[in-house]
Amino acid sequence: MTVNEEQTTTGIALEDLLREVEALHAGGYRLVQIGCTDLDGSYELNYSFDKGYQFRNLRLTVGPETEVPSISGIYWGAFVYENEMHDSFGIPVKGINIDFKGTFIRTDEKYPFSVTRRGGDRCQNA
Amino acid sequence: MAFLKRSPWILHYDASSCNGCDIEVLACLTPLYDVERFGMINTGNPKHADILLITGGINTQNREVVENIYEQMPEPKVVIAVGICAATGGIFRECYNIVGGIDKVIPVDVYVPGCAARPEQIIDGVVTALSILEKKRAAMAGTAQTREEEQHTEQAGEST
Amino acid sequence: MPERIIVPFGPQHPVLPEPIHLDLVLEDEKVVEAIPSIGYIHRGLERLVQKREYTEYVYVAERICGICSFIHALCYSQGVEHIMKVEVPDRARYLRTIWSECSRIHSHLLWLGLFADGMGFENLFMRSWQLRESVLDVLEDTTGGRVIQGTCKVGGVRRDIGQEKLDEMHRTLDPFEQQCRDLGDVFLNDDTVKYRLKGLGVITKDEAYDLGAAGPTARGSGVAMDHRETGYAAYGDLGFKPVVETTGDCYARCAVRVKEVYASIDLIRRAIEEMPEGPIDVKVKGTPDGEYFSRAEQPRGEVIHYLKGDGSKHLARARIRTPTLANIPPLVKMLPGIQLADVPVVVLSIDPCIGCMER
Repeated sequence: MTVNEEQTTTGIALEDLLREVEALHAGGYRLVQIGCTDLDGSYELNYSFDKGYQFRNLRLTVGPETEVPSISGIYWGAFVYENEMHDSFGIPVKGINIDFKGTFIRTDEKYPFSVTRRGGDRCQNA
Repeated sequence: MAFLKRSPWILHYDASSCNGCDIEVLACLTPLYDVERFGMINTGNPKHADILLITGGINTQNREVVENIYEQMPEPKVVIAVGICAATGGIFRECYNIVGGIDKVIPVDVYVPGCAARPEQIIDGVVTALSILEKKRAAMAGTAQTREEEQHTEQAGEST
Repeated sequence: MPERIIVPFGPQHPVLPEPIHLDLVLEDEKVVEAIPSIGYIHRGLERLVQKREYTEYVYVAERICGICSFIHALCYSQGVEHIMKVEVPDRARYLRTIWSECSRIHSHLLWLGLFADGMGFENLFMRSWQLRESVLDVLEDTTGGRVIQGTCKVGGVRRDIGQEKLDEMHRTLDPFEQQCRDLGDVFLNDDTVKYRLKGLGVITKDEAYDLGAAGPTARGSGVAMDHRETGYAAYGDLGFKPVVETTGDCYARCAVRVKEVYASIDLIRRAIEEMPEGPIDVKVKGTPDGEYFSRAEQPRGEVIHYLKGDGSKHLARARIRTPTLANIPPLVKMLPGIQLADVPVVVLSIDPCIGCMER
């Protein structure tokens, strides 16, 4: 009765992103989330998908100023994650269906998670 | 004439709290705690409110909203900061987006401690706020009366 | 063609205790488009992970949201335990299940109350919240906290529930279930409720799946997806089947939650009966090095804590995807075509938890 959960992560190149996502969409996967991690000097993007508790990750690494194509043309709901990615990391995303242009999450400090700010953490109450 | 004390209307706003205190504020209104027995009513309109119950440490985006709500409330008014993050920023104090405490933005009259603040504490805070509200009202009435008396003396002086 | 006007909804409004802002584009009374705008509770908790040790961050995770508090702590702890290969004792797994289900019941009763309030059924609102207090009493009795429990930790739980207390809980479950069923009857069978909810805010199974809906929003549309099926904590031992409705309207989403309350009561009952003896925690040594997408089922749906450790006592990254964020696209698709007066009910029907969503 209990389903075993499996997690797989596949590294892909930026230019293959749309094709890979299209393939997963055709394979009946749903979009779970898009997340970023800052490695020193670049970002690691995780596009997570799920089908019957089988968890698949597409992982790519991009530089700070690299423009990433939006997958909102394939998964309509991707706009929340892509706007979030832009607002907290400053990663430019091209062609989002509902583009908030940096007003989705408004913060005092612009792009609070961006690599250019590493180490310079400002706390209003220090 | 303690008329405000008998029936204060409350406005609640969540200024970046975790929601814990907010549901406790709502719990105060429901059967077990039932603050309506004190004549308190939760209103959604700042212009109807006497008491502002506010939770959370205020972030950049809602700073203006808080100021706006506070300014819309008619005098006399009392602000109650509910929960520890409304008092100092609490556990969120070191977050980049937190201003840290309601009193950095608007004047606060009563602080209710706790994470999350318990309904009993919130009710206690509101009761404390009532006496402050009454004092503020008396002070306002006092000023109004003095002003009126001054006017009367002036007019009296003119007529003679 | 009628003129289009934009009505701003929120952030301060009487529908929810939390601020959310929607720009509603209207043609007369009919909504044609809805654009959400968030950020009123954004605190930046994901970055706080760099300032708190991995064992301390549990308490921050718990305060992402005061309603889903225990399950956030659970999901975070399970993630760290997976990275550090810590095996949690059986008793701790069962205790975690009991507290998770208690939080789910309290969250669903809270939502049912707010939903009734949104419909204008004040009496039902008060009744739901009155019933919810008995769950909070149990939580307070066993953990010390009403909404923030603070009992989950990396490696187990911080408190045990004594046998006497467990027996007492077991005894009170039957009368409590009866009360819940009486309340649920009104939500499921009352004509006024049905009239207000049936056929409102419909989202089909394919749409819900494609938009990435989570939790009761997905299950109300017939997507049988509940992370408890993967058997984390003690769900694997207890066995679990997701509650599914098929019509995809507000009524279905409400029915899912009502029936989940019954399911949770049943899970607690069986967890108490099968409670194993033994220790409640293990000592955790070392620091996390590695990464894991920890997933758990919150009252609002699937929550994901992506944790990445670099071998230091601070985690390098925590990314938290909460169910409400996943339910925003379905909400944006539900709103067009409905009347302005129904907006509060439809917004509430996804059970928005803004504290979670914005972190």
